[in-house]
Amino acid sequence: MRQSLGVRLWRLSIIAFVAFYLLVPLYAMFDFSTKPFGFADKGRTFRAWQMIGEQQDLFQAVTRSLISAAIVMALILFLVVPTAIWVHLKLPLLRRPFELLCLLPLAIPAIVIVVGIAPLYRWISINVSESPITLAGVYSMLILPYTYRSLSAALDAVDIHTLAEAATTLGATISRVIFGIIMPTIRTGIINGSFIAIALVLGEYTISNILNFKTFQVVIAQIGRSNGNVAVAVSLASLLFVLFLLLLIPNKKRQGAVLDVDLA
Amino acid sequence: MTQLQYKRAGSANGRTGSRYWRSKTAYLGVLPFLAFAGVFLLFPTWNVVSGAFRDNYGELSTTILKSVFNDPIARHAFGNSLELSAKTAVVGAILGGLFAWAIATGKPGGVFYKVAVALSSVLAQFGGVMLVFAFLATFGFNGLVLTFATKFLPTTFLADASWLYSMNGLAVLYTFFQIPLMVLVFLPTLENLKPQWREASDALGGKSFEYWLRVGIPILTPSFAGAALLLFVNSFSAYATANVLINLADYLTPLQIATALTSETGGSNPAEAKVLSFYMVIVVVIAMTMYALLRRKVSNWEQRR
Repeated sequence: MRQSLGVRLWRLSIIAFVAFYLLVPLYAMFDFSTKPFGFADKGRTFRAWQMIGEQQDLFQAVTRSLISAAIVMALILFLVVPTAIWVHLKLPLLRRPFELLCLLPLAIPAIVIVVGIAPLYRWISINVSESPITLAGVYSMLILPYTYRSLSAALDAVDIHTLAEAATTLGATISRVIFGIIMPTIRTGIINGSFIAIALVLGEYTISNILNFKTFQVVIAQIGRSNGNVAVAVSLASLLFVLFLLLLIPNKKRQGAVLDVDLA
Repeated sequence: MTQLQYKRAGSANGRTGSRYWRSKTAYLGVLPFLAFAGVFLLFPTWNVVSGAFRDNYGELSTTILKSVFNDPIARHAFGNSLELSAKTAVVGAILGGLFAWAIATGKPGGVFYKVAVALSSVLAQFGGVMLVFAFLATFGFNGLVLTFATKFLPTTFLADASWLYSMNGLAVLYTFFQIPLMVLVFLPTLENLKPQWREASDALGGKSFEYWLRVGIPILTPSFAGAALLLFVNSFSAYATANVLINLADYLTPLQIATALTSETGGSNPAEAKVLSFYMVIVVVIAMTMYALLRRKVSNWEQRR
């Protein structure tokens, strides 16, 4: 259908306005991070970008954040997913309570969770470990609603009861049914959940800042206090990296599901 | 277990959990997850909710609940939080909704569509530390717009970075992540508008504005309101952006909570933090319940993708 002139004008002006709003700060980050140091106000320099490599703290923090992301993913794979399948298969009465439990974090902002969980992490720091990697525990709960959404959609799409009964008849054990039969059929849902896990762990600031853990975002904020140019360069770099990752995912369906923030 | 449940359990249609249901030991399967969620999710929730009804010595009392409710500072912060969230939710919903419409009317699967959607999904998560740096690089000292404004528009507010550290500044920052979030939430709805409805309206002689007035807007209103509620919760819960930009303890409720919890001057007051958190949870629960009710209204036609 050809669009009328009025519609096209409206469309273009909306796009122009919003794009201006969203893109100017991004360009300003590039501009700011390539500003010359000191009193010179002409020319460009990439010193701030080169200095990213010298930030020891930053690399430690990224490594630790990636390790906690891996632990969160492992928790999803070996705890949340099998439990979700188990509940779907064997405990239909628990489906509703399980769903409510999984959606609970939506009603509790991160700033509230941190209030409740502070004593626990005080205990963990003293008795178990002071490493920020322990945050994986609370992170895996924070993403529970998103994991649950993508999982239950995937589980509803296949007839897991028939699959499970066929496999059991052929002599498969229950762990084989869960890990060998059902999990491979819902892998798209699991991949989506893992993608969200990485994004959340790398972007989390509230909990780690208040509990005094040096995660990726906390370290960026710290760098920003001493060296603005470098902090801006790091922020822009990580933003472009995530954007690049997203554009790499060609499958439209998968992208739609990653973006599925339809919560309740 | 009741007799009825046993009967349903034995049914052969597979939907009720079939024969496994007879075994009570099946319930043991959820124990590991329940234990984990108990430690990292249920315990903190219970800690906050029950703690709101205790004083700093752990005794049951509603003193702090009342004193915080009547505290002018806490009220001011809570009002600021509500105002900021409502404003940015409305502005974000309108701008994001219009932008989503602009995306939806473009070529599906085209370059603009792909880039706009990918950019939205990145920027919706962009709140916090990195967002503050982006805006400091734009409007802050030595920033792009500020440098431009001091040269060409020295009399406008843009020539002075101080507006950024106010409610208006925060609102501009929050709207930056609200717009992309709105696009993500609202775009699927727009894409599910059936072209047949428009064709029917056209065939019956309806003009474009009549279609929107009588068909489009009434159909979209519940999802639009639901999305706006989601945006409201999103900025109501936000802490990182405000913390990095203006760490003034009494400005917004999340900042006040963080200060009550961690105050380095020895004024730490965990009971107050719990009470403030409890009030926040009440607001979020109300908003999310309204959201769920609205979604139920929508789901009839929309979720058949």
